[in-house]
Amino acid sequence: MIETLLTLQLPILIILAPLFAGFLTFGIGSFNKKLCAPITIVGTGLSLICAIQVLSQVQQKGPVHYFLGGWIPPIGIEYVVDHLNGMVLVLIAVVAFLTAIYSVKVVEKELSKRIHFFYTLFLFLVTGLMGITITGDAFNVYVLIEIAALSSYALLALGQKKSFFATFNYLIIGTIGACLYLLGVGFLLIQTGTLNMPDLAYQITLQPYSAAIFIAFILMVCGMFVKMAFFPAHGWLANAYASAPTAVGCLIAPLMTKVSVYVVIRVLFSIFSVSYVFDILNISNAVIVLAVAAIVVGSIYALMQQHFRKLCCYLIVAEIGYMMGGIFMGNANGFFGGTYHLIADALMTAALFMVAGAIYYKQGTLDIRKWAGLFKKMPITMTCFIFVACSMIGIPPTAGFFSKWYLISGALQAGHYLFMIALLFSSLINAVLFFRIIEYAYFGSFSSPNSHSQERSEAPLSMLLPLVLVIICMMVLGLYSQDILKYFIAPINPFLGN
Amino acid sequence: MITTQSILPLYPILISFIASGLIAISGRFPNLREAWTFVAGLCKLGCIVYMLPWILKGEVLKITLLNLLPNLSIALRVDAFGMMFAIVASSLWILTSMYSVGYMRPLKEHAQTRYYCFFALALSATIGVAFAANLFTMYVFYEILSLSTYPLVTHHQDKEARGGGRKYLSYLLGTSIGFLLPAMILSYVLGGTLDFSANGVFSTMPSLSVVTLLFFLFIFGFAKSGIMPFHSWLPGAMVAPTPVSALLHAVAVVKVGVFCIFRVMTGIFGVSMLQLTQLPLILCILASITILVSSLIALSQDNLKRLLAFSTIGQLSYIILGVALLSASGLKGSMLHIVMHAFGKITLFFCAGAIFVATGKKYISQMKGIGRKMPFTMAAFTLAALSIIGFPPLGGFLSKIYLIVGALEAQYMWVMLVLLTSSFLNAAYFFPIIYKAFFLKPDDETNTGIKEAPLLAMLPPVITAICSITLFLYPSVFNSLADLMLQWGVHQ
Repeated sequence: MIETLLTLQLPILIILAPLFAGFLTFGIGSFNKKLCAPITIVGTGLSLICAIQVLSQVQQKGPVHYFLGGWIPPIGIEYVVDHLNGMVLVLIAVVAFLTAIYSVKVVEKELSKRIHFFYTLFLFLVTGLMGITITGDAFNVYVLIEIAALSSYALLALGQKKSFFATFNYLIIGTIGACLYLLGVGFLLIQTGTLNMPDLAYQITLQPYSAAIFIAFILMVCGMFVKMAFFPAHGWLANAYASAPTAVGCLIAPLMTKVSVYVVIRVLFSIFSVSYVFDILNISNAVIVLAVAAIVVGSIYALMQQHFRKLCCYLIVAEIGYMMGGIFMGNANGFFGGTYHLIADALMTAALFMVAGAIYYKQGTLDIRKWAGLFKKMPITMTCFIFVACSMIGIPPTAGFFSKWYLISGALQAGHYLFMIALLFSSLINAVLFFRIIEYAYFGSFSSPNSHSQERSEAPLSMLLPLVLVIICMMVLGLYSQDILKYFIAPINPFLGN
Repeated sequence: MITTQSILPLYPILISFIASGLIAISGRFPNLREAWTFVAGLCKLGCIVYMLPWILKGEVLKITLLNLLPNLSIALRVDAFGMMFAIVASSLWILTSMYSVGYMRPLKEHAQTRYYCFFALALSATIGVAFAANLFTMYVFYEILSLSTYPLVTHHQDKEARGGGRKYLSYLLGTSIGFLLPAMILSYVLGGTLDFSANGVFSTMPSLSVVTLLFFLFIFGFAKSGIMPFHSWLPGAMVAPTPVSALLHAVAVVKVGVFCIFRVMTGIFGVSMLQLTQLPLILCILASITILVSSLIALSQDNLKRLLAFSTIGQLSYIILGVALLSASGLKGSMLHIVMHAFGKITLFFCAGAIFVATGKKYISQMKGIGRKMPFTMAAFTLAALSIIGFPPLGGFLSKIYLIVGALEAQYMWVMLVLLTSSFLNAAYFFPIIYKAFFLKPDDETNTGIKEAPLLAMLPPVITAICSITLFLYPSVFNSLADLMLQWGVHQ
């Protein structure tokens, strides 16, 4: 009896675990700061277990619906977990859980006086991200976006001095993005009288040529483009993320943008439909041109950076281009590639930021020119780095290769050769970029002045373990790419006609 | 052709992969570390030879390891040609390991553990390419080979080595990502599969412009084959220690390049489809240009290893030329040339290294009278040079004859002229070295006694030189493997 009750309540538990943990850390953390980290780890861990349970339910029985407060949609708010957001929920939970472990030492070092604030905001951010992903209500998405965004502004501003201005910049732009989305939802509400996604989808098919609905679509998508730092609205990202505290970077950089990508997928295929987006509106060509620009600009800017975290930030801009290009490709392979890359890139970005954090923790610098001889000093971290680098470049059988494979196949089928060339270009740039770093880190010791300290000084185990786990997840994701596509992405692929 | 499911093909790849791990952890005990290399080398060769009877019976061993994409898996398949290449690479690995000990220890090279570790890994990838059942598997191992040889090229870690390494990676990764990857995906989208088969993967022939595009993407994508204008990574890679140049840049890496081209021409396009186009002729012309230009460049080299590198570029194009002729003898010649050239060229590199170990000399102009000091080494050098030029009774003669017959079968008289001119040029750059070594007196008359390199560095070139003769006298195994390949794998 209790078991079935628990099973029924699992979707809400995913959200409640980090939320209550957040209140607890604030309450208890004010008295005893040492308890904050364990509470956070337990909270995110519980959330992870629930997310995995829900995903396996979805896998066995199909989408899970949960009516908040028992109100039946379209009146009440509904949580829906299908294959797509089941996967994204697990992804968020994995990254949050591992980052929580990872952050223990870093937070002690960087934010020793504000530990409980950090963990509370951390957990609220996770709650917000999970909420955006799980909800089946278009307005609820906006609310949770703001919850996540407000916590992220506060978290980012905890960083170095520069971070105040960068975060303020982000706050303005992020709010504009969220407002655009809200406006779009408003238009939809006026036009259809509902906020529930399946209901919206039905109502929209009744009036496909309405100008108001067209404007709603454009507003919602553009709002999310701003939120995910899609070209040309990418300027805020690098500054805001680069100067953030280490643990914040590890959480926000992989997840924030990816969740926005997820929202776009939802808007495109759950609220609107393939025929609306690709036949009636026919805006995909324009988006793909922007995606090409994002990839090229992101890669080139990344190549120009000497600061490792900034470099990673520009890589995110390029990778967002991959995903948007794939999703707007308008065929099954493109959708596979875009969605698969959402998961793969979140793990790669998390790994990159964890590497950056570990190096910063030990060496105190993120300037890649000063990384000479790092292979000797931090062999495990740098080995992990090589794996991520291979995945970013797209060397088989890492995850990055498979997303590229599907994206290129999709581009070839759709005739978007420019996008294919952009992908290859970005692979080549990534190769140059990462091998330049590997060269510094591997051979640099012979020409640099600070080579006298050659002894090993690896990051603490609590940082290495999450890093290694992320790498393992990434490799598993690559090796089992076909199963993931078959069991998780194919059921929700709108281009496969089921 | 009978296909047998068997796990055997996996072992040779796994053995050296595991060995590289064992080498890495036993770095503190040099003797144990080298022992792993030898044990792995012998086991690997043993495994490969153990599979030989099946192959000679006309069977093909196959195993599917992982399904990564629909209709596309990491799968291994041993056929006659793969077998041939695997025998050569793995038997030469043992000799090279012996030579490595004789080369690296007297020179007190640093980071030897890393060196042996990545060497084993590179050999793993080489056999992976040889046994790949489809283009995708081949691509995976091809990339692993590029990456695992990078630390070997940059072994010295000085400015020159870093430059060479940078060039090495940018050429190999650049072409494989820029050309090969899109070509592979395009073939997959068009054909639905990437498994090698004698009829090619395309059930209906794509339009000529698409075939042409694919053809050039593939040819230039395999930059390891050293075809011009993507050749200059090879002379750059000569900054590596000599055993690396010997095994990897005369046998494993570069032969992987031409091996892949052979596979793509015969297994992805299919001979019958290519014969409908003019593309093979264009490839013949490209290969001929590479042969002649590289031989001419080799004439002007003073650094012995660089000369050998340019000679390798020319000889690799012999193999490409043989494939491009698409005639039975041409294909057979190119398969045999992979074997014959391997034994010849590795000897030459071994000798160059032995000279460096014994005397510290790198330049041909310093090598006057070296034949008197190092008679065994220089005798081996002479034999190998004769094999490369194509004199009987040495292996190189056989493959060259097949290539010339192949040219006549394809009715390209000018190709025969190119081959003969190249032989002449080969003689023109090798004979002066031999002449200087044996007939000129050294500049300093002070020490005239015999001063050979250490035994472990001297013995391998002598063995490989003897192998070159043996291959001329008893080529039957390789001959029948090549015939089997022609029978089953190419003309079906």
